[in-house]
Amino acid sequence: MAKITFITSANETITLEGTEGSVMALAVENGVRGIDGDCGGVCSCATCHVHVAPDDMDKTGVASEIESDMLELDDNADEYSRLCCQLEISDALDGVVLTVAK
Amino acid sequence: MSDNLTNPKICVVIGASHAGVNFAFALRREGWQGEIILFDSDLELPYHRPPLSKTYLTSDDGIEKNLLKSAESYQRDNISLRLGITVADIDREKKNIVLGDGSLQAYDKLVIATGARPIIPAILGVATAKNLFPLRTASDVSSIRDCMKSGAIKKVVVIGGGYIGLETAASLRKLGADVTVLEREERILSRVTAPEMSVFFQQLHAQHQVDVLTSKNVISIESHNEYNEVICADDTLYRADMIIVGVGIHVNKEIAEKAGLTIQNGIKVDASARTSDEHIYAIGDCTFHHNLHYNRFIRLESVQNAVDQAKVAAAALCNKKPVYDAIPWFWSDQYDVKLQMVGLSQGYNQVLVRRDSENDKSFSVWYFKDAILLAVDAINNAKAYVYGTKFIKGRQKVDQSKLVDLSVEFKPANLLSE
Ligand SMILES: Cc1cc2nc3c(=O)[nH]c(=O)nc-3n(C[C@H](O)[C@H](O)[C@H](O)COP(=O)(O)OP(=O)(O)OC[C@H]3O[C@@H](n4cnc5c(N)ncnc54)[C@H](O)[C@@H]3O)c2cc1C
Ligand code: FES
Repeated sequence: MAKITFITSANETITLEGTEGSVMALAVENGVRGIDGDCGGVCSCATCHVHVAPDDMDKTGVASEIESDMLELDDNADEYSRLCCQLEISDALDGVVLTVAK
Repeated sequence: MSDNLTNPKICVVIGASHAGVNFAFALRREGWQGEIILFDSDLELPYHRPPLSKTYLTSDDGIEKNLLKSAESYQRDNISLRLGITVADIDREKKNIVLGDGSLQAYDKLVIATGARPIIPAILGVATAKNLFPLRTASDVSSIRDCMKSGAIKKVVVIGGGYIGLETAASLRKLGADVTVLEREERILSRVTAPEMSVFFQQLHAQHQVDVLTSKNVISIESHNEYNEVICADDTLYRADMIIVGVGIHVNKEIAEKAGLTIQNGIKVDASARTSDEHIYAIGDCTFHHNLHYNRFIRLESVQNAVDQAKVAAAALCNKKPVYDAIPWFWSDQYDVKLQMVGLSQGYNQVLVRRDSENDKSFSVWYFKDAILLAVDAINNAKAYVYGTKFIKGRQKVDQSKLVDLSVEFKPANLLSE
């Protein structure tokens, strides 16, 4: 189980608990604003963009090749960017803080 | 301050799928204070359609794993979702819609997001065929999965070599079926891609032992006790324990048509997604709309268009002056191949292929009309998709000789004309 914190662009902080599935699915299930997941989680739409807190990067790891290519669509992307449909929930993600991209 | 926001009104939406649902949430975000009521004939909570022919088909997941929004999200945003109800009529004069049971629902603003339904071609014997399914809804997938689980399905014939047909073929192959795809045209995907792409997908399926046969015009289906025979105009015959029909869609335009709205290859809308009635908007697969970038009226079947038009209509209802200005994009997943497409290739007179990697399953196809880049199809190559998107959006001029020159590194700055 992992506790995952989202900070939305309205500066709301939402902490959710998940056991399986993708972080995008968890966020959509709980209506986290700014995470739309339009492609259903197959790395095709880039509407699930988050910035990982720098200290948490060792938990999430960096974006894969296709993911970082897709992130180039968004001018706000940086080295902490991930498409959170590509983050699989596991104990390893416990405590991560994700800021929803604008 | 706008009237629509301060003075609560009722917004009714017909159709709760990619377009209708995204619209409802966008409308709340824009500040709409009044009621929002979504109607859909489907009984399930609204779900993603693209996975239906892809990962969802091959999984054991229930539809709750594939929802557009959770049930609580609708409550939180105070959106009423009325499922299992078919809207029969629109009374524009009284500003009512008539539900299947004859009851009425008043509206101030109405949004038609009725999408499309699969064509079931009038082939001789189609009505009596065994285990014949289209693939558009969660319940279609349940029927197909149940059939597969029964153990009685060895041979499947897919009629139609478009994206849905090909994806379904790949998924059923993964589930162990022996699959044949019958396409009427001379090549698969002929209306949407260049011959290079058709050849690639034909070979891809062949590598997975799926026969993709072209110039196969199915003329009749004969059903026997345990199986069907699918018969083509060239007298060939294919045995099928199950038949999947993927030959295209009919737009659900009938209620709009009956109400006297302007129809032209779909429900005609302006740049703000408004129909010929100022109180009625239409969004998604059911619309015939103007694409600003390509300066052409089109109808699209894609999540992108459904979502983008939803946002435009929501802004318009809240008295902003949005203009729909999107570059179409689309994806398809088959086996280990991800296709991403951007732009509209119709009208191209030149096709260039760029192949950077050793991997023969990674390349991109660039469609030009003279010097103008119209569209890109990227196979396992998100970079090409992203660059293509940027170039098309920015109307940037691509240097065609550099594009095909593998000694030129594949980077945006290198690919543009000075
Ligand atoms: C198997 C499959 C795979 C796909 N793959 C992709 C893909 O990879 N990428 C992509 O971009 N697109 C894909 N698409 C297309 C995409 O799903 C559609 O473009 C999208 O669903 C359109 O959304 P929509 O809301 O406009 O229409 P629809 O999804 O068709 O929804 C319309 C809704 O209106 C309801 N309705 C209609 N008439 C009435 C009525 N009178 N009363 C009440 N309710 C009514 C219907 O029940 C339906 O739920 C795929 C589609 C299918 C079927
Ligand atoms: S949900 Fe589409 S890229 Fe993540």
